[in-house]
Amino acid sequence: MRKLKRQLLAGPYILWMTGFILLPIAMVLYYAFTTTGGSFTLLNVSSIAFSVHFKALILSLKLALICTVICLILSYPLAMILNRMKTKSQGFIVFIFILPMWMNFMLRILAWRMLLSNNGIINSLLETLGLPMIDILNTPTAVVFCMVYDFLPFMILPIYNAMARIQPDIIEAAKDLGAGNATIFFKIIVPLTMSGVISGIIMVFVPALTSFAVSDLLGGGKVLLIGNVIEQAFMQEYNWNLGSGLSFVLMIFVIASMALMNSRGDETGAGVW
Amino acid sequence: MIRKSAERIYLFLIFLFLYLPIGVLIVLSFNNSKSKVLWGGFTLAWYKKLFSNSAIMEAFCTTIFISLASAAIATLLGVLAALGIDAMKKRGQTVMLGATNIPLLNADIVTGISMMLLFVRFTRLGMSTVLIAHITFNIPYVILNVLPKLKQSSRTAYEAALDLGATPLYAFRKIIWPQILPGILSGFLMAMTMSLDDFSVTYFTKGAGINTLSTIIYTEMRKGIRPEMYALSTILFLIALILLLFMNFGPTARKETRE
Amino acid sequence: MSKRLIDLQHITKSFDGDTILDDLNLYIRENEFLTLLGPSGCGKTTTLRIIGGFETPDQGTVVFDGKDITNLAPNQRQLNTVFQKYALFPHMSIAQNIAFGLKIRKKSKAYIDDKIKYALKLVNLEGFENRSIDSLSGGQQQRIAIARAIVNEPKVLLLDEPLGALDLKLRQDMQYELIRLKNELGITFIYVTHDQEEALTMSDTIVVMNQGYIQQIGTPQDIYNEPVNAFVADFIGESNIINGLMLNDRLVQILDVKFPCVDEGFGCNTPVDVVIRPEDVELVAPENGMLEGDVISLIFKGVHWEMEVLANGYEWLVQTTQMHPVGAHVGIRVDPFNIQIMNKPESNDERAVELNA
Repeated sequence: MRKLKRQLLAGPYILWMTGFILLPIAMVLYYAFTTTGGSFTLLNVSSIAFSVHFKALILSLKLALICTVICLILSYPLAMILNRMKTKSQGFIVFIFILPMWMNFMLRILAWRMLLSNNGIINSLLETLGLPMIDILNTPTAVVFCMVYDFLPFMILPIYNAMARIQPDIIEAAKDLGAGNATIFFKIIVPLTMSGVISGIIMVFVPALTSFAVSDLLGGGKVLLIGNVIEQAFMQEYNWNLGSGLSFVLMIFVIASMALMNSRGDETGAGVW
Repeated sequence: MIRKSAERIYLFLIFLFLYLPIGVLIVLSFNNSKSKVLWGGFTLAWYKKLFSNSAIMEAFCTTIFISLASAAIATLLGVLAALGIDAMKKRGQTVMLGATNIPLLNADIVTGISMMLLFVRFTRLGMSTVLIAHITFNIPYVILNVLPKLKQSSRTAYEAALDLGATPLYAFRKIIWPQILPGILSGFLMAMTMSLDDFSVTYFTKGAGINTLSTIIYTEMRKGIRPEMYALSTILFLIALILLLFMNFGPTARKETRE
Repeated sequence: MSKRLIDLQHITKSFDGDTILDDLNLYIRENEFLTLLGPSGCGKTTTLRIIGGFETPDQGTVVFDGKDITNLAPNQRQLNTVFQKYALFPHMSIAQNIAFGLKIRKKSKAYIDDKIKYALKLVNLEGFENRSIDSLSGGQQQRIAIARAIVNEPKVLLLDEPLGALDLKLRQDMQYELIRLKNELGITFIYVTHDQEEALTMSDTIVVMNQGYIQQIGTPQDIYNEPVNAFVADFIGESNIINGLMLNDRLVQILDVKFPCVDEGFGCNTPVDVVIRPEDVELVAPENGMLEGDVISLIFKGVHWEMEVLANGYEWLVQTTQMHPVGAHVGIRVDPFNIQIMNKPESNDERAVELNA
């Protein structure tokens, strides 16, 4: 009886969740499969095959993939180094590498836009050194740069957490049984950090795939990602049905990529926070 | 020895990559020149200009209000929800946690759009819709911070209190509450940071005339970068830094996470 | 006597300025079951980790089979360890865990399969090959940890408090199994524990350690019957440890009463520690006792009664099969052979060791 009463405390949250999470998603589905008149259609969803939309989707997938791979390559050794530092200041050093995760997203974009601009620091530096200036602002390269910058901590944290959870005596046991450094790395450390790697991949790939602000501000309207297409459908063309249809496709890709990653590891999301 | 140096260099390079852009922003916010490169002497002019810009100041107040209010309401709902979920059977817990994960895992843009569709249908976009949206994506962070504490909190200590004659409410207040309080505080702080940081959801649910700092920076940046923005960034960076130092090394620090 | 397999010479080790081991010398014979026994912080685990190669001594050498292995990495040593918390690989099946060391040595698949079967049979877990680690109880995990170590045919098996996490019944069963295993395998066991009963049951040789120093080395019988100092006497089982004065050879004065004993060579009027095991104290009629006292507590322990008798200002711990009720007036007698005389600690070091114990 008492247990039942305590369960009721979740009531307000259940109502809230139904009203503001489930219902909105149902509305996206409703708009996605109807015309402006309200009759059923598949056109909104199938419009992803239009060359502009399709190109944007492919480019989004490509940039998100590149960004994820770069983050993974940078983070894994970093997490190992951080984990191996058994000093008193370890907590603080880890904190330093996680901190940018919580800094305002717009602020981070602003910083890169300033650095990469034609008369910005990087080009001035290159000029002083007598090197050719680079003109990467408003290109996909700039977008990837900024995405890596934005999402890197989201890869570092789960991998580091997974690594910190490995008991030192497991490593000692492997050594005791004759394992060299390479064997320990590939047979023990990599498999035991896989859950962290998968969390990291999801936490980088999904926002990279769906972002529209980075490409908007660093792509100068020349880098059109699927997020930009959706944003424009809503905010400029006021075509909610089309926007919802494309959002639905995007959701499918997000769910598919998570399912794909989850099938490769037992637990995800764990150890992220 | 060589490996150690290589490790240090690697750490340093990533550190530069992460902090150099911010560092440059901060330096430029004190630069008495519009140039992005040349140092024209120290000045606080951009800060003065920033504080005299009413649109930005209004956005600043809106941001603070939204993040505090949404974090507070989300904490209330989230703590109640965590208590309820904790009392549920395994199956109910799985369903509830699955639903709780939706806003965490779903793309921000979809969360924003879906709520916009709902709001436009039934009401008008404005401050309240932004607030509701922020509460919605904040609740999961509170639940995920409180629930583990609740699970860790000693069941036997609670039962011992009942055994010693405490009423359930009294036992909760004296035994459970102190144990979950750090989780509640860190949940509140995390919700606040998420709210301060949010752009996408705010962008779609804000309606005309309302701006948070994120959206105003976005609008301004599309026009071009003005040095006041550097000053604003510096202030935002410091706020985040203080909040995080408090969260990680303050009284609520979760020490058991690394061991 | 079989030959010395491991020789620890002048081993010194400190962590953060704390000296854990100070000039430790110890050898271990082939096929010996040697136990390092002592309270926590006595340096027994550090000694084991130095033998296993997980720590390098600050000074001194480790000789194994005639070769200096002081700086050899753990994966190059011909010995294997059973870890305190088992340290099984959580992401591998039982068979994969056991096969780990064999795969590194590039053994053939048939050989590995054979070995897994053999090892699981040896630890009484036949047919567990494909189970996951999580599905095992603590005792079963322990057996797998042992199986994983012994398939590599080490010359020495190091065991770091392997039974510490098990409950009493299981611990006693495992003690017999370890003895059986050792006899079947015919290899050297070096065992670390703080449990004196475990040490007495299983060992050929016990090394009692305290505060980084070896207190006594001997067979279980030696250690129990002839402890060299009060620390050892106190650590190995319950004892009456009383201040005494050695009046002459074969005569000691305890609590103002003269007791004949069998020890010689302590000199005249030398202060000593006297150890009398509780089961060696005889309770007789008051008039027949060497001293008289009153029973002040009585507990039934199953095989015997345990009493405390207050006599001449000392509370004697007594274990006998004869019951005397609380308040009874009794006489105390001790056979000369059952009185163990020990020198008082001489150096300050030794004294510190005792005070901290």
